[in-house]
Amino acid sequence: MPSPELVLYQEEFQRLDTALKKLRQDANARAIFLIDRTGQQIAAAGEIEQFDTTSLASLTAGNVAATDGLAKLIGEREFSVLFHEGQRDHIHISIVAKRAILLVIFDERSSLGLVRLRVKRASQEMELIFEEMLRKGEKSVGPVVPASPFAEITDEDIDALFSE
Amino acid sequence: MTFINYATREINCKIVYYGPGLGGKTSNLQYIYNKTAPESKGKMISLATEADRTLFFDFLPLDLGSIRGFTTRFHLYTVPGQVFYDASRKLILKGVDGVVFVADSQEERMEANVESIRNLEENLREHGFELSTMPYALQFNKRDLPNVVAVEEMYRFLNYKREPTFEAVATTGLGVFDTLKAVAKQVLIELRKR
Repeated sequence: MPSPELVLYQEEFQRLDTALKKLRQDANARAIFLIDRTGQQIAAAGEIEQFDTTSLASLTAGNVAATDGLAKLIGEREFSVLFHEGQRDHIHISIVAKRAILLVIFDERSSLGLVRLRVKRASQEMELIFEEMLRKGEKSVGPVVPASPFAEITDEDIDALFSE
Repeated sequence: MTFINYATREINCKIVYYGPGLGGKTSNLQYIYNKTAPESKGKMISLATEADRTLFFDFLPLDLGSIRGFTTRFHLYTVPGQVFYDASRKLILKGVDGVVFVADSQEERMEANVESIRNLEENLREHGFELSTMPYALQFNKRDLPNVVAVEEMYRFLNYKREPTFEAVATTGLGVFDTLKAVAKQVLIELRKR
């Protein structure tokens, strides 16, 4: 089945944002991105203005998807960690809560060992936040949660998007 | 899978251009890229072979403006059309919100069109989607070539569920934006239903 729609509310966004900032500090990384498996950026911390973040998110998701495909071919469930080593900068990619991708960009000020260690700890915290998000998402089927802002989109709203 | 971010007030949708090899999927994206104002688009990424054949995907992020205070962002992807890249095609359909099928109007490509739609149906099903309920638009591309099949005949062969269908010449832009609008509209209408 397709995964349910991902809805990110202010509260969880803040918590994820705080977790990413902490991880970036603890791991001494240049930048950290949290990306949905379909290639949408969820949150980021660090020197993000240095990077084309949209492209980064899409290519990372493509990379993870291709690696997942490779894993299945050899009978593995997944490769949960990917590491790309460059001359100056390196990339550490890992899966969080089965549905998000954590991308850490670091240089000589840090090390693979430190990044791995800190990522592990931060992942556990983020997993809890994702569980909370999913719970809220499931609840939104009921009447308790405020109606989606899109429930009342009119045809005119949609047409207006395309009128240039 | 639409991603609604209440914190940044953004809504992100994924549209995939599907179809047989050399049918003009990349040309569609290229035209959209060339004709979109710089502030409304991101970088276009093409993972292609040296001979410019799509190897994994092309990617183009596009801002369509805002709706009810939410920035509407569409991520356009193409798949590699060549038959043997099926594993890659499957991966790209993950989390798709809408599909454009770019059919090649040349007579000798009809079989490839039919085969590719069947492949789309199968690959969508693997992700738990049905083409019959998916936002979907059909494009008959390359209408400027001499050996094209009549539109009515192509419609009979390829139209799946009376989806909006457009004649196009992707290299000059004919029909390109009409096709995109048709699928984007359906994606947004889907959101309203949820």
